[in-house]
Amino acid sequence: MAEVALVEVSKSFGPVEAVRGLSLSIADGEFVVLLGPTGAGKTTTLRLIAGLERPDRGNVVIQGRVVTDEVPAERDVAFVFQQYSLYPHLTVYDNLAFPLRSPARRMNEEVVRRRVHQVAELLHIEQKLGNRATALSGGEMQRVAIGRALVREPAVYLMDEPLSSLDAKLRAELRLELKRIQRELGTTILYVTHDQTEAMTMADRIGVMNEGVLIQLGTPREIYEQPNSAYVASRLGTPTINLIPATLLGGDTVPPHVQTVGLRTEHIRISPADRPGPLAQVHWVEHLGDQNHVHLKLATHSLVTLADPVQQLKAGDQVSLQFAEPLYFDQAGNRVGTDGLRGHA
Amino acid sequence: MAEIKLENVAKTFGTFTAVKGVNFTIDHGSFFVILGPSGCGKTTTLRMTAGLELPTSGRILLDGEDVTALPASARDIAFVFQLFALYPHMNVRQNIGFPLRCQNFPRAEIRQSVEETARLLRIDHLLDRRVGGLSGGDRQRVALGRAIVRRPKAFLMDEPLGALDSEFRRLMCGELRELHDRIDATTVYITHDQLEAMAMADRIAIMNQGRVEQIGTPQEIYDRPGTMFVADFIGAPPMSFIDIQTSLRRGDRRIEIDGASVEMPELFEDRAEGKFALGVRPENVSFADASPLRGRVIGAEYLGTTQIVTVVTASGRVKARLPSSEAVRVGETVGLALRPDRLSLFDATSGQALHSSLYEGGSRG
Repeated sequence: MAEVALVEVSKSFGPVEAVRGLSLSIADGEFVVLLGPTGAGKTTTLRLIAGLERPDRGNVVIQGRVVTDEVPAERDVAFVFQQYSLYPHLTVYDNLAFPLRSPARRMNEEVVRRRVHQVAELLHIEQKLGNRATALSGGEMQRVAIGRALVREPAVYLMDEPLSSLDAKLRAELRLELKRIQRELGTTILYVTHDQTEAMTMADRIGVMNEGVLIQLGTPREIYEQPNSAYVASRLGTPTINLIPATLLGGDTVPPHVQTVGLRTEHIRISPADRPGPLAQVHWVEHLGDQNHVHLKLATHSLVTLADPVQQLKAGDQVSLQFAEPLYFDQAGNRVGTDGLRGHA
Repeated sequence: MAEIKLENVAKTFGTFTAVKGVNFTIDHGSFFVILGPSGCGKTTTLRMTAGLELPTSGRILLDGEDVTALPASARDIAFVFQLFALYPHMNVRQNIGFPLRCQNFPRAEIRQSVEETARLLRIDHLLDRRVGGLSGGDRQRVALGRAIVRRPKAFLMDEPLGALDSEFRRLMCGELRELHDRIDATTVYITHDQLEAMAMADRIAIMNQGRVEQIGTPQEIYDRPGTMFVADFIGAPPMSFIDIQTSLRRGDRRIEIDGASVEMPELFEDRAEGKFALGVRPENVSFADASPLRGRVIGAEYLGTTQIVTVVTASGRVKARLPSSEAVRVGETVGLALRPDRLSLFDATSGQALHSSLYEGGSRG
């Protein structure tokens, strides 16, 4: 059953159309990530579900009930913001208990205690319950902020880049933890980020947004392997997919109406220059520790691909390239089906 | 251009020692990154280099000249904080020329320097535009222009890209490095982001609790981490550690893990019975059915080209970076093969790497 659904929702702020005709349905226990650059309309979408914004058109449905006209408190949602907003004068325990003690809920203090301890255990912050909120590290504060949402059991958790203010290492740890917690509790989460790694590693389904439009919705693997457009293809993958003009690959190898060919790093093979295939020149090799990126020049066009560490390449080398499983895009950037039209959205 | 040298530089604030005797030399024209977690002393080190803090002890030399006691204004260094601080009421030309106007340079000279700088940054077509209407990238380039227009001996940058989103940050990394090469500057750059450090640096100094843990090229630091702290700080995901209780002898080429004998680089030290940690990077782990080193798969993170698989062994968690095409089932038991020539062995108590044939070639820096 769908926990949350958006039906043809639009929202403008003055002349700016922040969200345009967006339909999205999130199943019970599903982790959906909206991925897109700043200004794509991701946060507005969350705020529309939370009731912090009213749609110009369309409806918001939570657990089968149309809530479009309800205020935030009447909707069964919990919001986690990018900046952790804890009460600095309260202990971790009281911060976590706060949402349960609201007069609207009138929860028995024993139930509150049990719930707070349960969540603290889940987040590995039981030893910190007596600490002041200000005496915590950044990662612990953000866990408390997430915990404050978790003590309630709403229909859906709405999370707006909750990890982006943390450093890379902590982000990676909390990414795993959040996914584990979501699995254990079977919670429904709509999560917004511009970080493709967060989207790939946590999402059951990713929705790629741009300029207020949901461009493609699918599992991480579908989005990565079968993008419906050049835009989606370039949102995922490190290094970024190479998009090169079809004319560079020679007329007969590319189907008609194809303007751009997308080549992911795993689909480019580098061989000695005497092998068949287009010739390219090694521009430079970038060492990033676990990955070495080779920057190639194919005629006037630059390509970036992962270097096999065994292959000793250096700037100036001539190499030949072999391509496998290219993705084809037309002039508008839409995917052109060739071998079977799999995964067209 | 400038050579910057720090000799035993230390800084104490009250009872707190922020920097504990730091030594390094930054060559003419190099891009030097100080990398570390928050609170490691990297910003204090940079501020002392700029002349914004006075060291408690030690010396700072700029091109051989002792500048320890000189104020920032007398050091010919440009400090770049957050790159977005532009004057909104001025156009691009006035923003870039501002530092020269403050120093009362002749008009013609200002005009020429500003235009040269703008060409270098490829924003010469924007000179008469207001900064308000510029894209994020162009605003950043204008801010950089203001720092380089004076042609100082060195640029010191304090997490200049920290506020940007990840994709744009990656783009600016490339641009900053290219700019550095074009103007032949000495740059000292601090960050807590290892990817920025790996992408831009000629050499990296990794700091932890006021000390320098290791200095080296990105590849040296990655391949031959000197301490467990460095091994754990660099890499995404970081190095995995397998706990081992044993004694070791010079010339050992194998080590026992839970009864499985594993090949490793030749050891150059004798060690009495104690706790050690065998370090392995995710890309040097593969699945091998026949391997006696066994573990259970507890998770797989799909990343597109590759996936990160977490395996629990009796002696610790090991992460493997495998092609996405390899089928992995959570819960299954697998054999692990570790690439022998890429293993680091650490003293688990001190955290220091043991000397071995892997580290032999890499004592530079």
